[in-house]
Amino acid sequence: MRDLAAIRFLLRKDLQILRRSKLLVGLLVVYPIAIALLIGVALSRGPDKPKVAFLNQVPLGQTVTNVGGEDIDFAQYADRFFEAIDPIEVHSRSEAIDKVESGDALAALIIPPDIVDRLNGGLGQGEVEVVYNGDAVKQSFVQSTIDAELAKANAALSAKIRDVAVADLRVLTEGGEIHTPLGSENLLGLRTAKEILEATLRVVPEGSSIRPGLEQVDNFANQALIGLDFATPALNAVSKPIEVKSTVLSGSRTPLDAFAVALAVAVSLLFVAVLLASGVLALEREEQAYGRLVRGLVSRGALLAEKIVLAAACAALVSLLMLCGIGALTGVDWGRFGQWLVALAAGGLGCSALGVAIGALAREVRAASLLALLLALPLAFLALVPSGSVSSGLYAVVRVVNAAFPFKPSLQALDAAVNGADPGLVGPALHLLALTVAYGVLARVALRRFTA
Amino acid sequence: MSETELRTVTRTEARGVTKRFGERLALNDVSFSVAAGELLAIIGPNGAGKTTLLSILGGLLRPDEGSISRPAREIGWVPQQPAVYGKLSVRENLLLFARLERVADPDAAVEAMLEQTGLADRAGDELGRLSGGNQQRVNIAVGLLADPPVLLLDEPSSSLDPRQRERLWEFVEALARDRGTSVVFTTHNVAEAERWADRVLVLADGEVIFTGTPDELRAAEHDEDRTDFEGAFVRFLRERGH
Repeated sequence: MRDLAAIRFLLRKDLQILRRSKLLVGLLVVYPIAIALLIGVALSRGPDKPKVAFLNQVPLGQTVTNVGGEDIDFAQYADRFFEAIDPIEVHSRSEAIDKVESGDALAALIIPPDIVDRLNGGLGQGEVEVVYNGDAVKQSFVQSTIDAELAKANAALSAKIRDVAVADLRVLTEGGEIHTPLGSENLLGLRTAKEILEATLRVVPEGSSIRPGLEQVDNFANQALIGLDFATPALNAVSKPIEVKSTVLSGSRTPLDAFAVALAVAVSLLFVAVLLASGVLALEREEQAYGRLVRGLVSRGALLAEKIVLAAACAALVSLLMLCGIGALTGVDWGRFGQWLVALAAGGLGCSALGVAIGALAREVRAASLLALLLALPLAFLALVPSGSVSSGLYAVVRVVNAAFPFKPSLQALDAAVNGADPGLVGPALHLLALTVAYGVLARVALRRFTA
Repeated sequence: MSETELRTVTRTEARGVTKRFGERLALNDVSFSVAAGELLAIIGPNGAGKTTLLSILGGLLRPDEGSISRPAREIGWVPQQPAVYGKLSVRENLLLFARLERVADPDAAVEAMLEQTGLADRAGDELGRLSGGNQQRVNIAVGLLADPPVLLLDEPSSSLDPRQRERLWEFVEALARDRGTSVVFTTHNVAEAERWADRVLVLADGEVIFTGTPDELRAAEHDEDRTDFEGAFVRFLRERGH
């Protein structure tokens, strides 16, 4: 009871001080929100389209080829390609290369004039030329974009050609009209031919000199029909050898933009809680009041509890306002509001406890703030390291670090609360409460050890 | 017997106080007492253990050995630097500590202290905007809020100009004489100790090497003509190897 009253007086005092420290409070609110929004925007938006010089040397009106009687317009693939890049139209190869050398374009894509003829006339593969600049990072980015788009065009062309081939095979076996560059023909079809042969064989006497020849042709027709029955699935397999079937075993299934909301709020929560908790505790020592307080007016444990509660409440409030602001602009599920509060409270407590542990080591607010920043930034970074991007040993270390600090569990709790992501809210919330106790004890030990 | 009368018959004692920081012996078997209404100056060279001794008396540190006859809550503590909040006003600071000290009527205690320290007209001012002297007055006022029978002052005048120092010591002397408060203070200014203290306690390397009146210290150094108390003090230390 004695400590509860003291906590109440100290809370009121800290709020009075915060109210009069407008610049500090402004920075505490604006800085984490700015960082959080930057991270959120960076994660939810892909990179800008790369600028690519585009030279199409195919004569106007000659972009259409005919495969098996079906027209294929290569211009439509160019249109799709332009959705992935920002094209700069050029009129010669030298102009294209100038654009790349001057840095106006990251790469140049040159479509040679004979590409349609080569595809149409069976002269071999069509070839396009890509010219890159020497910047490794940019080259990697634009190369992967162009490769991906060319792969899509290849796949689409393959599918078209496959469809024509399958249709032609069907006409070959079943009979019907077939289209060639020379015109349309009505084919008999292997199956009808075989039936005619079998009918003929039935009326040809045994021992006739033409019977062995007819039997050989009948046998060939039979074998051909069996073989062609396998051809259609084989063609499908060749056009798309591997189909991807996705199964997520564990971890978050949250879409990237929804995850970015949780991340932005978690970063804001971390920074406000850690900076405020470390700052208000260090302030007691900077103002020399700490000694006066702990010589019987309030216990060290109660003093720490007061700082944790204050910082957690302020951080949760700032983060909640931020989440509501984002929610007003995007499609968050307001029905989960209660879970937001639980996640923000648990995350705020865990991060504030880390903050007081930092504040217990510092005698000045500036030193505490610097320490808090130095720790918070890499924590946020480490929580985003995906498995598989580093070696398994290093990833195990990253996981241990993430589990030992409150940012990753806060992010998990918020992702669960906002997006309903796995592993749910209860586990991360309990994890955060355990970290609150652990860092509270650590801060208590540090206060005794480093305060003289 | 009134409270003031009770104070005058009560002594505060430190018995065999020893404190170590790792291997270093900061205080070694320090014993002394201070009577009610007495001003005791603790003087000594740097690193002698003066602040450590005051911190133990004030309950900030625990002695490894020995004891203090009063609990910390009965002792007012005024650190060297003002231990108050710069963003709060004078009144808000006093009210906060009065509540934390569980003073029966915090508002009345604060108003009384504002009058006593001459800070009533600055009560609404933010503490960080006051002069160093006025901040120190608030610092002392906070130490006196609970009306403790013993007041500890750690280098109370180190940041004050001569006029402010004079006012401070007149105030402290009045506390001792009028209210029977025992005042224990540390100082590097031995002239100040000579002028205001009833007794001086000389501490060197964590040990008490002299306790007595300033005149007794002079006599020990044959300076009965009162020419140079500081010189007598330095000679006293040097002759004892400090």
